Amino acid sequence: MSSIDTPLVEVRNLTKHFGSVIALNGISMVVKPREVLCLLGDNGAGKSTLINTLAGVHRPTSGDFIVGGKSTTFYSPRDALDAGIATVYQDLAMIPLMSITRNFFMGREPMVGFGPFKRMDMKFADEVTRDEMHKIGIDIRDPQQAVGTLSGGERQCVAIARAVYFGAKVLILDEPTSALGVAQTSMVLKYVNQVRNSGLGVIFITHNVRHAFAVGNRFTVLNRGKTLGTYEKGAISIDELQNLMAGGKELQALSDELGGTI
Amino acid sequence: MSIVADDKIKKTPADERLKKASVATTLLRRPELGAVAGLVLVTVFFLLTANPSMFTLAGIMNFMAPAAQLGILAVGASLLMIGGEYDLSIGSMVAFAGLVFGAALVVWQVPLSVAILIAILMAVVIGVMNSQIVIKTGLPSFIVTLAFLFILRGLTLVGLKWASGGATQLRGMKEAAAGSPLTSIFSGDAFQGLFAWLASNDLIAKFPNGTPQVSGIPVEILWFIVIALLATWVLLRTRFGNWIFAVGGDERAARKSGVPVVRVKTVLFIITALCATLVAVLTVLDAGSTDARRGFQKEFEAIIAAVIGGCLLTGGYGSAIGAFLGSIVFGMVLIGLTYTSIDQDWYLVFLGGMLLVAVMFNNVIRKRVTGER
Ligand SMILES: Nc1ncnc2c1ncn2[C@@H]1O[C@H](COP(=O)(O)OP(=O)(O)O)[C@@H](O)[C@H]1O
Ligand SMILES: [Mg+2]
Repeated sequence: MSSIDTPLVEVRNLTKHFGSVIALNGISMVVKPREVLCLLGDNGAGKSTLINTLAGVHRPTSGDFIVGGKSTTFYSPRDALDAGIATVYQDLAMIPLMSITRNFFMGREPMVGFGPFKRMDMKFADEVTRDEMHKIGIDIRDPQQAVGTLSGGERQCVAIARAVYFGAKVLILDEPTSALGVAQTSMVLKYVNQVRNSGLGVIFITHNVRHAFAVGNRFTVLNRGKTLGTYEKGAISIDELQNLMAGGKELQALSDELGGTI
Repeated sequence: MSIVADDKIKKTPADERLKKASVATTLLRRPELGAVAGLVLVTVFFLLTANPSMFTLAGIMNFMAPAAQLGILAVGASLLMIGGEYDLSIGSMVAFAGLVFGAALVVWQVPLSVAILIAILMAVVIGVMNSQIVIKTGLPSFIVTLAFLFILRGLTLVGLKWASGGATQLRGMKEAAAGSPLTSIFSGDAFQGLFAWLASNDLIAKFPNGTPQVSGIPVEILWFIVIALLATWVLLRTRFGNWIFAVGGDERAARKSGVPVVRVKTVLFIITALCATLVAVLTVLDAGSTDARRGFQKEFEAIIAAVIGGCLLTGGYGSAIGAFLGSIVFGMVLIGLTYTSIDQDWYLVFLGGMLLVAVMFNNVIRKRVTGER
């Protein structure tokens, strides 16, 4: 039924107001299977608000939201998860006091046993957590240790590994590389590539045009809550994208002033 | 330091960076450590100062009974605190549930089972009310349930006067409940046969006429143990338990991860109201009457017991077994002082002191667990 071109997720003219603040003011965008859509935009452009709306955290003020060809409303993040959309939030959505395993499976706990003896399958959960973390290049010492004891980068990797594990159709990553070192960043980019090749659609949010270029198929640029445009990879250069993101000529001027190092 | 970019490593069963976690470190991770330490301390203290009869079977039942009444509340309160909220209305709720239960028995003269059912339904309604106001308004549960502390206490006074024709006490529940098959579950002593057998074989103390000095285990103690075990199972082994920790640890993160935050909080408020109702049923059937001062200040004692048991005031961390042990500490001190020459009013001083020490101790533990620096 769903051909390769049926978008996994499509939004049309999405708006989101927080009281008098207009965070999104008419966004349109499409994500297809087997592609990485990069969302680019400066701070405050509305990237996080957009993905929070996709993930069911916020309800849109207006606009259409189409998942798998059907108009849909998510009432909670659980609805989005059930629809196969998993998100790595910018704030990670992790609980420092809880163990890595408990965080990994939060809201999706694996169960064993029947009736009143139904319980969390801790052994399985620990194993999966350890394996998935290993795949992303992190050997965790003890899956039962609290997430609060992990470094920022390690936490980021738990969040990514969790979303990849549970994301059945669409994976959303909100600035996943901002807290990572060089090795981990390339690991994540490689991971994004892998996820795309396995047939998922990926929405990859970043500030870093180089990272975007490394994995993206298409680039949607946001500015002040609006889509400035969407560009295929072959149709735009890194520099053009950079300027578009910054909203015009000023950056080019500044870049020249600094000797072209930005 | 901890980033390993080498994906050629296939399996690493033992990580060389994992220092052999010492027994002490593992123990320090347990939230109930403080309560265990407190219990040991208090036990040693009374072993040294109290009349030895405190630690006979009869003496133990003596302090376990008030510990159980408080502990049933404290276990409920600990679940709610781990879930990030407080319920200050549970003390008044004991009185109000006692009134509703008592009135059902002696005024409406319904059977015991129906009276209990009415009390349970009423607890669910109050729990839902507390939770919905907290969730819908976003006000701190501390304030919302403080309001209910007064509302329920006031309603109890008004209701008692109505039910008893002007008095502040309602009597006759024992007679009204007699003969129901449920009576033995909610009142009296359990395992009487076993205790008689133990006495006849000289395994426990008995009176000269051969009957055991302790005729059985008061049912409230059994309820207390069962509820503490059940709560521990739920917390550590079930999906709902994981959700309780998540909701208390960070409500927004929990919601984003698909945890039904509203449902979890609602159920937790219902649980505290139900615990209060159970205490009301047990004590009303035990005394055969109910009055307006039932459960007075029990909300604070329950929270203190939960804190001694390792619950953080900020939520997301704690233990039901800890609250269980914390309540035993309470019972021991309350009753234990009567076995010493110490003035009983030191109890209040102890209560405050214990709370302070526990809170400071928990702060240190939290920093250790989360690696906060
Ligand atoms: N919950 C909120 N309430 C009010 N304003 C918000 C809220 N969330 C985001 N905003 C506003 O919406 C705009 C877009 O924010 P955000 O989506 O976080 O930007 P980005 O992720 O692109 O940096 C900002 O001006 C921000 O202040
Ligand atoms: Mg953002």
